[in-house]
Amino acid sequence: MLYEMIFAGFGGQGVLSMGKLIAYAAMKEGKEVSWMPSYGPEMRGGTANCMVNISDDPISSPVVNEYDVVVALNLPSLKKFENKVKKGGILIWESSTIKDPPTRTDIKVYPLRAVELANTELKNGQVMNMLILGSLVKLINVVKKESLVVALKETLPERHHKLIPLNEKAIDLGMSKV
Amino acid sequence: MREGYEVVYKRPKSLIETRMHYCPGCFHGTVHKLLMEVLDEMEIVEKTIGVCPVGCSVFAYDYMNVDMQEAAHGRAAAVATAISRLHPDKYVFSYQGDGDLAAIGTAETIHACNRGENIVFIFINNGIYGMTGGQMAPTTLKGQITTTSPHGRDPINAGMPLKMSEIVSGFDGVAYVERVSCNTAGNARKTKKALEKAMKISEQKIGTSFIEVISNCPSGWKCTPVQSLDWIKDEQIPYFPLGVIKEPGK
Amino acid sequence: MGEIRFMKGNEALAEAAIRAGMQGYFGYPITPQSEIVEYLAMQEPNHDYVLVHAESEVASINMLYGGAGAGSRVMTTTSSPGFSLMQEGVSYIACAELPCVIANISRGGPGLGTIQASQGDYFQAVKGGGHGDYNLIVLAPNSVQEMVDHTIMAFELADKYNTPALILTDGAIGQMMEKVVLPEPIEYKPNKPWATTGKTKDRERNYITSLYIKSEDMEQKNFKLQAKYKEIKENEVRFESYKIDDAEIIIVSYGVSSRTSKKVVDLAREKGIKVGLLRPITLWPFPTEEIARLSKLDSTKFFLSVEMSVGQMVEDVKLNVEGRKPVYMYGRTGGIMMTPEEILEYAVKKYEEG
Repeated sequence: MLYEMIFAGFGGQGVLSMGKLIAYAAMKEGKEVSWMPSYGPEMRGGTANCMVNISDDPISSPVVNEYDVVVALNLPSLKKFENKVKKGGILIWESSTIKDPPTRTDIKVYPLRAVELANTELKNGQVMNMLILGSLVKLINVVKKESLVVALKETLPERHHKLIPLNEKAIDLGMSKV
Repeated sequence: MREGYEVVYKRPKSLIETRMHYCPGCFHGTVHKLLMEVLDEMEIVEKTIGVCPVGCSVFAYDYMNVDMQEAAHGRAAAVATAISRLHPDKYVFSYQGDGDLAAIGTAETIHACNRGENIVFIFINNGIYGMTGGQMAPTTLKGQITTTSPHGRDPINAGMPLKMSEIVSGFDGVAYVERVSCNTAGNARKTKKALEKAMKISEQKIGTSFIEVISNCPSGWKCTPVQSLDWIKDEQIPYFPLGVIKEPGK
Repeated sequence: MGEIRFMKGNEALAEAAIRAGMQGYFGYPITPQSEIVEYLAMQEPNHDYVLVHAESEVASINMLYGGAGAGSRVMTTTSSPGFSLMQEGVSYIACAELPCVIANISRGGPGLGTIQASQGDYFQAVKGGGHGDYNLIVLAPNSVQEMVDHTIMAFELADKYNTPALILTDGAIGQMMEKVVLPEPIEYKPNKPWATTGKTKDRERNYITSLYIKSEDMEQKNFKLQAKYKEIKENEVRFESYKIDDAEIIIVSYGVSSRTSKKVVDLAREKGIKVGLLRPITLWPFPTEEIARLSKLDSTKFFLSVEMSVGQMVEDVKLNVEGRKPVYMYGRTGGIMMTPEEILEYAVKKYEEG
């Protein structure tokens, strides 16, 4: 099993942390993982992305050119990475803010109104990324939902632990939408 | 010892018995001796580590019988910082010239002083680069002739001589600053007192000490040792006045 | 089994230094390695090490000299422009034969360049870097786990040979996160009778210097250094081979590029092209004999140096192939990460050209 994934969006949308979380969860399940961020000034307000590889075997290249999974949370990311989805791969895109949908037909495309759902149903736009992660783990059997919750507990600083139930709700909501 | 005689003057035990490479009349020998006397009298040789960067005194480890590190030009303050931090129970001194401390090493000097490192700076200010053959230093006086200011230091081009003691005395981290000289026997005694005071402050760990020694360079100044003493009195000291600039509790 | 954590390369290096018994750290922030000083600053209250946030890389490297000379296990870290600034100090440390660890989490240049990962510091790392005849032991980790392992190894090698050890990796390895297994902390007890720790009555004074003003003395010092370097070359070459035995194309690659190259090997073999990977783990000493051996095999058609530069390590590959086989180079610069596909495409093109 090898999943090569990229999470891309604006800085501040939580793309780096959703990548970290799924990688951490996979590590807890005994898998090999790598997380490679784009870094530097572009993290702050510009586009940000992270590549995550999850595998049963040691990971050779942390950088790849085509992905099994692309998560695009803004239009520039969608434009940049739509063509990088492997044939038959998965593209999840944020459809309440991106107005220009993807066009490929040889991949599985999942629009998700994550920003809107997070704001209306959970009253907190910040957990949008968890909602997406929920959808992702429902779509592919890469990590268990429980592992994501464990990852939240072990990676969030203690002072943010009160937010874990909300994050878990977001994951559940995401799972229910695909 | 001949009967009826008593020793009134001798080489300090920790000053290594060898011929110094310093030029005749140079104050380095005097300051080395005074420093070693202080360490001997305070019985802190075992607890002292010295740093001597590039300059005439880079060979100080040939004369001072204490553990020492040579340092790159200008970097003594950084080297001494690490030694002092890793050996907080030791006395650490940094023996530097003006080109070293006040030109190439200004940043290290300023920041070590500002951090209040427990270092005793011994700043030999003779207004010239001695080792490289008499070039203009940051402390060369206005109008003073050197090989790189052959028409005299022109403040329009080179600025005015840098007053390091006044600069570092402005930092909270600095406990004690005094400017001394060795141009007279009396002044040499004051230099020794200042060195002793600095070592005692180091023991208390209350901040950096900075002793500026107004010094000479007969070779670089192209004069006799006696003439160099006149230059110190008539030219240097009026611009770099001697005395305590800052001391603990005041 | 040690403690398992999910860490950034930079954090892993910092944690490994703590567990190696590091006593002093001197550093200055520069992207992409600032996490190291940040991590060590955060952890400082829990440990005994001294941490100085220096005023510049020039100060850091000279603090390193002072701390190493005073007998402590010390480290500094930086990235390319900072490493350039340090070179004078590194030369002093090499000449004074002081054990210490330096890490260069390199970025793209020349000039202010880019903060993205690069391997353009190879020359500076393996050819001395500063003035005079000297070498550093250069380790090139290619994973977060190796950031841990190599940091510990660097301290040990530095102590073994009284010489500075350099960890040369790139911003990608520094910034990426992987699973690491951390070793138990060791209690480091320095045994450095030459160090400036205060002259006790039972010994002569110690002094640390790199000054040998008499030509004859300087030459003797150089002979001594070279004898040491020879010993290091004989004992400390480390490399990793992957599917090398029957390979027609030998990729030579280190750091993050070697990870990408490993994938190239597998992709090529899926196409029926026998590619193998030789990864120098020590860039200095370089695996000269292994490269020479491979160049003499009939099965070897050519070498391909894969590096994020315009071609630096390729010169050392050529030096050891000695014209027996063609040596090519594929690289990107400016912080552009190579993909396995583009390397493979180049390799196949050269293969088909015969």
